[in-house]
Amino acid sequence: MEPEAHGPELVHQFSDVQQQKNAASLGMWLFLVTEIMFFGGMFCAYLIYRLEYFNAFAAGSQQLSIKMGAINTAVLIISSVTVVLAVKAAEAGKRKLLVGYLVVTVLLGLTFLVVKGFEYREKFEKHHVPGSTFSFTDKFDDNGKQYSVNSKEAELFFSLYFVMTGMHALHMIIGCGLFTVLAILAWKGHYTPAYFTPLENSGLYWHLVDIIWIYLFPLLYLISRHS
Amino acid sequence: MAQHEEHTTHSQAFYLFIGFALLVLTATTVGAAFINLGAFNPVVALLIATIKATLVVLFFMHVKGASEKLTGAVVVSGFFFLAILLSLSLADYLTRSGPMWR
Repeated sequence: MEPEAHGPELVHQFSDVQQQKNAASLGMWLFLVTEIMFFGGMFCAYLIYRLEYFNAFAAGSQQLSIKMGAINTAVLIISSVTVVLAVKAAEAGKRKLLVGYLVVTVLLGLTFLVVKGFEYREKFEKHHVPGSTFSFTDKFDDNGKQYSVNSKEAELFFSLYFVMTGMHALHMIIGCGLFTVLAILAWKGHYTPAYFTPLENSGLYWHLVDIIWIYLFPLLYLISRHS
Repeated sequence: MAQHEEHTTHSQAFYLFIGFALLVLTATTVGAAFINLGAFNPVVALLIATIKATLVVLFFMHVKGASEKLTGAVVVSGFFFLAILLSLSLADYLTRSGPMWR
């Protein structure tokens, strides 16, 4: 390896390019592990309350729009594909293709947030936002049998819904900002086949946010939907 | 340090195939939610979600084929500690007699 290389592709504390790449990837994964634990606490709270207040959680879930949730799941999956294709374009040195994929990724991220915004608006209109105006009169429909639901328990479901989807949406907003910066830098030619580590690591972040949504969708939207 | 050059990326067709598989699994999970499987509805939903997450981690996040085994160990440790958090919490709450909070 070149001991005298002085670009971002090999800074002086690493002995070769591969070692530097491995170190960057490992550091990113350590951060992602902290993210798993951060969301893990919320998933744990969700799990315990769902087991105790199942009827309220099912009734709350039946008020969410499967259509919008499924569309958003598809949007995020497609955005993950454009991210891996962007990294591949960077590796091949195709600058314009790279910028194109990054821009499409940001647009898909914004699409997700717009759909989420429409869902939140519906929650405000139905008074399903936890707080002093919260009201929940819907029943849990289980195979045609109607069970009335304690509105305090339903409020707990919607609290978890807003905290979990809200933290996820915050990560999406950060991701969109990140990929906008990457697209600008890629346009200026900062990334070459020799050095595109920021693209790879940002991609890892985007995929993790995708994975969190992959779990949020069935857990929040698909409780007891059969009849 | 002589190391073989890392080939982390797959072909474009392969990525599109994985993306397609993820979309099919999403449709499957929605469909399965409308079938009455009793206690197995959440099990099936979580199983499909885990298959999807595994596809993303292995192929999009390139954990499969990474030259550094340490990365794999860190990834597994993350999910391992999450499993400890969930299983020990449930070991407490599920074994309380009567309603959980009394």
